[in-house]
Amino acid sequence: MSSELTIVAFTVICLLGVAIYGFLTVRNLFQVIIALQILVKGALVALVLAGKLSGQLNLGQSLAVTVIVADTIVAVIGLALAVQIKRITGSLDVQRLSTLRR
Amino acid sequence: MLLNLLLLIAAVLCALQAIRARQMLPAALWLTCNSALIAGMLYLLGAHEVAVIELSVGAGLVTVLFVFGIAIAGEEIQEKGSLVPWALAGGLALAAVGLVGWFILPTQGANTAVAEPSFAVMVWENRGLDMLVQIGLIFAGVLGILGILAEKETAEEHAKASHKARHKDAALPLPQPITTDASPETQIKEAHA
Repeated sequence: MSSELTIVAFTVICLLGVAIYGFLTVRNLFQVIIALQILVKGALVALVLAGKLSGQLNLGQSLAVTVIVADTIVAVIGLALAVQIKRITGSLDVQRLSTLRR
Repeated sequence: MLLNLLLLIAAVLCALQAIRARQMLPAALWLTCNSALIAGMLYLLGAHEVAVIELSVGAGLVTVLFVFGIAIAGEEIQEKGSLVPWALAGGLALAAVGLVGWFILPTQGANTAVAEPSFAVMVWENRGLDMLVQIGLIFAGVLGILGILAEKETAEEHAKASHKARHKDAALPLPQPITTDASPETQIKEAHA
């Protein structure tokens, strides 16, 4: 890999690391969705990087478009669910959602 | 290369700030900056179409959705403390980073150039079925949101309707037993007459 592509690969790795760290530490539902967005952005760059490396950039781009659409739908549904949870429980704290088990 | 390095550092810092922000609105704005920087990186990589889509959808639409959601739900400052201890979370994240790096970094590029169709042909012809599925996915998402938001209205309407019914019952006089001074035999004769 050239140095330019190595930097892009490091971007993928760092974004995945930040997202996993966020999943494990944040307690707010909105921030969980933000962590998910960051994770998907890492996957998005990885797809384009793979397309570039294999010489099939357009194939990587078309897959990336699919990922963007799916990620947006997931974000929209997640936000709608978070709003409803806030209305019902009065909080966005993930730990308080454990009351749903009772 | 220097520009790529700057974009890398800025994108990772924005992602970290989005995770660490205590308030939701700044977190959403940090995510927007991250999306814009990723779009720039994609553009430099040669993926111009995806860069534009990422900039418009990732940095535009998703930010609008986040601000809309925060406006509805209200700003809530994140409480201190995490689900998992900080050290354990950092260790697990580092382990995941190491694993992904171990897989990605030794990758070598293709030696031979592959002739591939243009982006439009790839999207609309080679992957036409996927595009149809995506359109269906978008409609499913819209219907899902409508269902989630309509459920609340239905519950409220149901509560209002039952409340009204209860008040209506309370306004009506209760059924009283029929009492007469006449004896049962007289009542039977009256009924026959």
